[in-house]
Amino acid sequence: MKVEKQVTSGQLDFTFTRRAVFVGGVQAAVGLTVAARMSYIAVADNEKYKLLAESNRVNLTIIPPRRGWFVDRYGKPIATNRADFRVDIIPDRLVQKEETVRTLAELLTLSNDDVDRIHRELKNAQGFQPVQVADGLDYERFAAVSVRLPDLPGVSPRQGYSRFYPSGAAVGHLIGYVGTVSAEEYQKNKNPLLITPGFKVGKDGLEKTLEDRLQGEPGAKRTEVTAGGKIVRDLATRPDTPGKPVQLTIDIDLHNYAARRLGLESGSVVVFDCLTGDILTMASMPCYDPNSFSDGIGRVEWKMLNSDDHIPMLNKALQGLYPPGSTLKPVAGLAMLRHGVDPEETVICNGGYRLGNRVFKCLGRHGAVNMRTAIMKSCNTYFYAMGHRIGYDNIAPVGRELGLGQEFPLPFPSQRYGTVPDSAWKMRKYDQKWTDSDTLNAVIGQGYIIASPFQLAVMAARISSGLNVQPEILLQKRTAPKALSFPTEHLDVVRDGMNLVVNGAGTAVRSRLQLENITMAGKTGTAQVRRIAGAQRGQSGAWKYRDHGLFVCFAPVSAPRYAASVVIEHGMGGARAAAPIAKDVLTFLYDRAQAMASLEALEAGWGGNIEQRMAAKYAMYQGQPALPPPLDPTA
Amino acid sequence: MNGIVPAPIAALPWRVIFILMALVGFGATVLYSAAGGHLEPWAGKHVLRFIVLLGMAIAMSRMPLEFWKSITFPLYLVLVLLLVVVELMGFVGGGSQRWINLGFITLQPSELMKPVMVLAAAWFFDRLPPNRIFGIDAIWPLVLLLVLPSALVIIQPDFDAAIAYAFGLGVVGFMAGLPLIYFIGAGAGVAVLAPLVYFFGMKPYQQDRVLIFLNPENDPLGTGYHITQSKIAIGSGGIFGKGFGNGTQSHLDYLPEGHTDFVFATMAEEWGIVGGFFILFLYFLLMRWGLRVAMRSRTRYGQLVAAGLTCTIFFYIMINLLMVVGLAPVAGIPLPFVSHGGSSMLTMMLCVGIIMSIERHPGAKRGQFQ
Repeated sequence: MKVEKQVTSGQLDFTFTRRAVFVGGVQAAVGLTVAARMSYIAVADNEKYKLLAESNRVNLTIIPPRRGWFVDRYGKPIATNRADFRVDIIPDRLVQKEETVRTLAELLTLSNDDVDRIHRELKNAQGFQPVQVADGLDYERFAAVSVRLPDLPGVSPRQGYSRFYPSGAAVGHLIGYVGTVSAEEYQKNKNPLLITPGFKVGKDGLEKTLEDRLQGEPGAKRTEVTAGGKIVRDLATRPDTPGKPVQLTIDIDLHNYAARRLGLESGSVVVFDCLTGDILTMASMPCYDPNSFSDGIGRVEWKMLNSDDHIPMLNKALQGLYPPGSTLKPVAGLAMLRHGVDPEETVICNGGYRLGNRVFKCLGRHGAVNMRTAIMKSCNTYFYAMGHRIGYDNIAPVGRELGLGQEFPLPFPSQRYGTVPDSAWKMRKYDQKWTDSDTLNAVIGQGYIIASPFQLAVMAARISSGLNVQPEILLQKRTAPKALSFPTEHLDVVRDGMNLVVNGAGTAVRSRLQLENITMAGKTGTAQVRRIAGAQRGQSGAWKYRDHGLFVCFAPVSAPRYAASVVIEHGMGGARAAAPIAKDVLTFLYDRAQAMASLEALEAGWGGNIEQRMAAKYAMYQGQPALPPPLDPTA
Repeated sequence: MNGIVPAPIAALPWRVIFILMALVGFGATVLYSAAGGHLEPWAGKHVLRFIVLLGMAIAMSRMPLEFWKSITFPLYLVLVLLLVVVELMGFVGGGSQRWINLGFITLQPSELMKPVMVLAAAWFFDRLPPNRIFGIDAIWPLVLLLVLPSALVIIQPDFDAAIAYAFGLGVVGFMAGLPLIYFIGAGAGVAVLAPLVYFFGMKPYQQDRVLIFLNPENDPLGTGYHITQSKIAIGSGGIFGKGFGNGTQSHLDYLPEGHTDFVFATMAEEWGIVGGFFILFLYFLLMRWGLRVAMRSRTRYGQLVAAGLTCTIFFYIMINLLMVVGLAPVAGIPLPFVSHGGSSMLTMMLCVGIIMSIERHPGAKRGQFQ
């Protein structure tokens, strides 16, 4: 045996002792390492890990703030918050999409339209964005979902508030509506509040433009939760700070009345306090119902609105532009007076005015007319002749002073301000010289000139008060408006003419107010939609080719307080379509009972009030005539 | 000893029993809190098991050293056989199985093999003539002893157990006086082989554990969750802890396995590093006791067994604590005498029982009676 090294058991004993000491040393070293590491974690990094443990333990739930109310000038609510139960889906946490939506539809008795909308929104939503399933739920249905929660991951039932507009569709264009934040808005500002279920922002109208005032401060609910998400107990809760209420200059009763009175027509009513410029009414119909829009817009509902040729999505008061027609004659009258026309001077109307070899027609043969009778009879010949004498470049500035072509600093998302043409404008726009026939067209409110119903109401307010009133929608103390540049004698001539329109032998005598001591003055207008073709003249045929009916007015004549404009699209004539509405709306200000009686008689023929007609229409579109829309809170 | 205490009781190895009672008692306190202030389901059982197993250990300590020496090899063979049986049962039953249910107790042969591997190595070195320690004769039987059970547990697959066997065997070989060059060589070999094993020898979940260990923050909610939550529990506990029963990480279930593998984190959250140092100190006393028994033993078998089993206990402690503080990858190894769990307690008490037996029978000085 080859032995290189002799080893005895004594040597091994010695080796053992030495190595045992070494092993003990290694063990001690490991122990010290653990001790050092532990100290480092627990002392040096203590703050960091304490914070992490807290964020594990505490679940912060954001309480969406209640939106500020909209109230009218008398404090009546226009938009409020209703306590309700709601159910949302957080797409990120959804496990079985089809299954969950089907279960929810069953538990909440959702309509097909809603299920369709939920699927569509789920497809478009980014994972963190809540998709509303339903709100305004009663406790039973809410509880039915709550108890099934363990089987429905991604479903979030909540007690919260939802926006409520007591007036429904009547205030849609004025106030707008609210909705969940879009993905782009969230990407811009990653505020977790934005994706809290139940939180909504203004999407249109004042809801949108006054968002900052209305939003308020969110509250927070802190709960202790287990890793599995089970709530152990509630910790401190900070309540939300509701947004500030906004008081509008609107008289909501008058506004609602005007909206209802528009009936089946497509049109708008704007009423001003002509001494202050406060907007009392700005109704535009037909309109969507902001209540159901704020719940998320269903497919059927959308189709119903979009297929309507009355364009319910357009605020016609501010965004509709129309040739003002004869409603502009008082403006022309003021310009003529300023440029030396004697109001008593007469023009012989033989049914038209010859300019060169072209005859501009009048609607009648009025004989000898002065300015007052010309306004009363709406005689084109008089205005052709006098307009031709002074020229349109002298008329346009008067129109602008009275509010035409003007954009007002109001918190509405969009206003269209139309055109007040003159020679410089035409040169700029078409590189053409202004012609005399342009003047004749413009002086009777046709041709290039277009204006919004809102501007026409401003015009009426300024003529009636003689004050340079500025329109205002937010009720606040303001400095009194200054007088316009027109002498009172001039204004009186025009007002006289407008008085005769209603109370003399004018175009709107049938719309005289049936009130003691209160009279209305006005001016009718009929605007061509297309060039006169043959004898048809826009008085018959397809709805969309019929003439627009316009009416501007103020009351009482003795001491003007209210001014209004009514524009009825394709109403065929101001006297026929617009003036009766103006009459009822102004009557409402003085004698509600009389006005309501008149409205109720009309509504009986129209098939109910706005909500009833919309519900019926919705049911028709859904092909289920018996059922009203289940989620329409106003129905 | 004083006369009041009866001699058989006074003769018990009270030093180690006190250490163990302190560890188990503190463990039970932590488990009591982890169960939300209830003895059920962990703390009560934990203490009960300890009492029963302590009885078993004391009974074992009565056995002479020669008895352990004589049953070592048969025991080893029986366990290898049981490993095969477990493997076959798993094969028949479909899926991996690690235990045999005997009705009253579940036997986990791979677990029992850990101390038995130490016994077998010591038994071998005891028989090996001293001057053969540098030769090849000292190596191949060891390799044989290791490979057979290791192969069986690796196909279970239980890589952790195989590493524990190698560790036990290595420690005994080291103490027995194998040339240092072997260990240095093995260390170098591991450094070379580790990447190979990682890429070709490990299942994905094992690879995951290693990856997460290297960077737990990468995946804090996935597989790195355990380590992250454990560090949060220890770190948020601070110096004095959140107080008994106030640990949020464990009570709200953020810390997984808070009563078994991560019991140290559960403890540290409520007791702080003060509690941690207390446990480390108890382990220090336990290790010191074990190594002293080894050094005082006068037989080579006793020396090697006592030192090897002490190191087996140490292996558990080390792997568990390094894992819990985030210095080692997650491995399913409990903290001795503190974690809830029968299997590991049984193994630990077997180790303690045999060391007690060696303490009680240090044996005759070598050469006197030979």
